[in-house]
Formats: sequence, C-alpha cells, structure tokens
Amino acid sequence: MQPELSVQNLSKTYDDGFQALKNVSLDIDKGEIFALLGPNGAGKTTLISIICGLVNPSSGRVTAAGHDIQRDFRAAREAIGLVPQELSTDSFEKVWKTVSFSRGLFGKPPNPAHIEKVLRDLSLWDKRNNRVMSLSGGMKRRVMIAKALSHEPDILFLDEPTAGVDVELRRDMWEMVRKLRESGVTIILTTHYIEEAEEMADRIGVIRNGELILVEDKSTLMSKLGRKELRLHLHTPMEKMPPELADQPIELSDDGYELIYTFNSQQEQANVALLLRTLGELGVEYRDLQTRESSLEEIFVGLVHHD
Amino acid sequence: MNLYGALAIYKFEMSRMWRTLMQSVASPVISTSLYFVVFGSAIGSRMGDIDGISYGAYIIPGLIMLTLLMQSISNASFGIYMPRFSGTIYEVLSAPVSYVEVVIGYVGAAATKSVILGLIILATARLFVDYSVLHPFWMLSFLVLTAVTFSLFGFIIGIWADGFEKLQIVPLMIVTPLVFLGGTFYSIDMLPEIWQTITLFNPVVYLISGFRWAFYGVSDIHVGISVGMIVLFLTLCMVLVSWIFRTGYRLKP
Repeated sequence: MQPELSVQNLSKTYDDGFQALKNVSLDIDKGEIFALLGPNGAGKTTLISIICGLVNPSSGRVTAAGHDIQRDFRAAREAIGLVPQELSTDSFEKVWKTVSFSRGLFGKPPNPAHIEKVLRDLSLWDKRNNRVMSLSGGMKRRVMIAKALSHEPDILFLDEPTAGVDVELRRDMWEMVRKLRESGVTIILTTHYIEEAEEMADRIGVIRNGELILVEDKSTLMSKLGRKELRLHLHTPMEKMPPELADQPIELSDDGYELIYTFNSQQEQANVALLLRTLGELGVEYRDLQTRESSLEEIFVGLVHHD
Repeated sequence: MNLYGALAIYKFEMSRMWRTLMQSVASPVISTSLYFVVFGSAIGSRMGDIDGISYGAYIIPGLIMLTLLMQSISNASFGIYMPRFSGTIYEVLSAPVSYVEVVIGYVGAAATKSVILGLIILATARLFVDYSVLHPFWMLSFLVLTAVTFSLFGFIIGIWADGFEKLQIVPLMIVTPLVFLGGTFYSIDMLPEIWQTITLFNPVVYLISGFRWAFYGVSDIHVGISVGMIVLFLTLCMVLVSWIFRTGYRLKP
C-alpha cells in the first residue's frame, strides 16, 4: 500500500547556514497516529513546515496523499490540515467566519453543516458569534484546530497541540484525535509531553539535531528500550549486600530496607525467579514487592542525551 | 483555479473595510473635502481659469488621484503586512492557492476599496464645485487601472516591510511629494522650463494628466503616453510580485 505521507531524503539548510534537517526519510500510513518527539530546535517544526508549504526544502521529496508537495501542490495541500504551534488567529474576526474562511481558502464550497459539526465537536458552538480576541488561550487553540478541520483534511498536523493547555482540554483533544483517526484521518503530532505520545501514538519518531534517529512502534520501543525495576521491601534492614548477589545488577537502599533490581524488560525475565529463589535460600524475608516499567519519557531522555 | 480560495481572501479583506468604515472611508473623504474648501473654494475663487477650466474643477482629478494612490498603497500593504505580523499568513501559505489567486484576493480587494473611495470623493466634489466628465469610460478605466497598479505596488511594500515604520514611509515620503509635484494643483506649463523637464520623470504626472483628460479633454501630456506609463508600471509591479512568490522572498524561508 502506498504510504499516506512519504518523506524522502529531505534536507533543509536556512540562509544563515543552520542545517535544520539532515536527509530525513519517513513513511506514514493512512489512519496512523505518528508522534514526533525531540528537544527544542531539533527540527520538528521545520519538517512539518516543509510538508505544509511554509518553508522551502533544500533537497528531497515529499508526497502527501500520493501528490508531490511541489509539483502537485494543490492536490497535496487540499489533503493537509495544519495546526501550528504559535497561536496565530485573526483577533477581530468572529469564530464562525474565521473557520468558514479557512474552508474557502482550501478551495471547498461552503458547507455550514460541516462547520457546525466541527464547532460542536470542539465545544465552540456557543462561541460561534464571539470575536476570536475575546476567547481564552485554550479556546483560541480550539479555533485553530477547527480551522484546520474545516476543509476535511485526510492528513492532520498538530504541532505541539496541547502546549499551555489545561488538563481537561488536553483530554478532550486526545478524544478528538481518536475520533478523527476512526474516521480515517492520518495524524502527525509533535509534542513535548511524552505522556501524550504514550497515550495516543501508534508509532514514534525521535528527531535530534535534524536527524531522525529512530522510528519505532510505540510498544516495540517501550519493550526494546524500556527498563524494568523490581523493588523488594525487606522485613529487617540489611547491612550489606550478600556476596551471593554481588554479581547481579542489584542495589541496596541507604537505609537497608530496599533491594532494587533493574533489568531489561525483554531479557533477564528468568533472572527474577532466580533472584527470589536465592533470597529465599539466604533467608531474606520481604514484606512487599513492586515492579515498574520505565516511561516513554525516561526512554526519550536516554535517547536524546545519549551521544 | 481555486476560485473559492481567491474569493475567501477577497471577502476577508472587504469585511476588514466594513469593520473599519470610519478610517477607510470617512478620513479620506474629510481630508479631500478640506482641500476642496481651502484650494477649491477659498483660494480658487481668486485664481484664474486654467485651460478654460475653473480652478476648483481643475484640481478634482488630481485630488482623486492623491486619495487613490495613498489608499491603494496603504490598503494593500496593510492587508498583506498584518497577517505576516500576526502570523496568520501560515494559513494562506499552506493553502492550495497559487500566487495569482493570492494576488487577486488581496490586490483585488484593495483596488476595489480605492475605486469606491475615488467615486465617493468624486460625488463629494459635487458639493463644492461644478464639473463634467467628458469621457466617463476612460475616467473609470484610469481609476481602475491606477487602483490596481498601486495596490500591486502596495502589496510589494507590505511584503518588503519588516516594521510599521517602513509601511508608512513610502506613502508619506515618496508618494505624497510626487502627487503634490505631479500637477494636482497646477498645469506643468506654469512651471519654468527646466522644472517642466524634471517633472517628466515623475510618474504621477502621467496619471494626473491622463485622468484630467478623461474629465475635461485637456492634458499636459498626450493621453496615449499616460496610458502607456500606467501599463508600464503595472507590468513592472507584476514582474516583481512574481519574483517574490517564485523565490519566497520574506514569505518562505
């Protein structure tokens, strides 16, 4: 199957010589939710901006919904909706008008029923006759999403959609993204909130210094790179580590009440049983045990800071 | 052709005019009325006729041109500068509209506003002086052609400007002097010979002269040359705009 979005060997060097993207290639399938992670200045926004026509690429090729973004820019752009990171709205316009304007701009005939649906889905219906300037920051963000959805795009870009947005709106937005995906829309989002990627994405790409250093299924990434931790809360404090355990990746907490065993979630599963047996043989008693998996955030920090 | 897209921009820009009706319409009408009162009625009553036309009537074409040029430039430059300034330009750049459609939207709306204003001022002039329009078709053609040309020029300024000062500097520092020295208030025959020659390098002379011919059938310069000069300037602006969009100058990094 042809990918919905295909980026091939894309590079961008700005006039000041800064190389924002280095030979990035990426395919995204229809109906996928793809999260692009990376620190500030890594190239996430440049990548999105090139695909959406805001920045000229230095080299490489991009197709959206099968159309080349430069040669066949009309068809490609008709398929794309963009919610940029910055809150840029026409302050003096009314909500209904500004959203209808976007639909027209993208070459679609007026369709009040669709605009109404979009506004209702985003809880903007009551505000339709308000001027954009009178809305709160979170509401303005919704207006920008409504504008991007006004022309029924097949591919939706959300550049930091929940930056500076309260918890309730963030949950609403996740819900909306899921509904969109169910209707067949492909979604590419960039985020700083790892929680967001973990919650929603099917696949994750990590970008660092303009290079796409990793693209992986979320679950594969978690299991491949995730660390697990087993904590044993001891009945009586242990003064020092028994020599039988010295060759294992085990730490003793300062107060001597906890044994912490770290292992890779894929391998070394068997070692847990062995460890517990050894402890039994040594007569070490424990009150409680906990395991925890490292979050995507920890994986991400590990990746980005690893040189 | 994305007609809906061009129309969306056009309607958006026109609604900006209705929203700011006072600034858009009232202020140029008031300032032009003042010119009519001072130069047309007060000073004009002491002036002799020029080319057989009363002084009050003689200055009408020049005063309309003054407003037309200033308004075309300021409307169009503001129209494209504001979205650049506020960041909302992202939507136009990411939309399936070609640069021709973008120009039709922004420049078309700015030119429409200027033509409407020109006609309002023409009607206002009726309150102060008596005049006739000998070639109404040509009068309208000059009005539209000049409005389009200078809106295009304003559009270029709006893209070039990287601050509000630059947005105002061209109309204020260049266009106003050119209009005042372009024969709005006098016939260039009234100037010493050396100044007559220098004046011929002022493009506004051709606009006012042609426009005045459409009113009264008299002109300093042959009307064909006037039309030629406007078309030349229009072509220059179009070449510049197409270069801007081809290179993404100040629009796309």
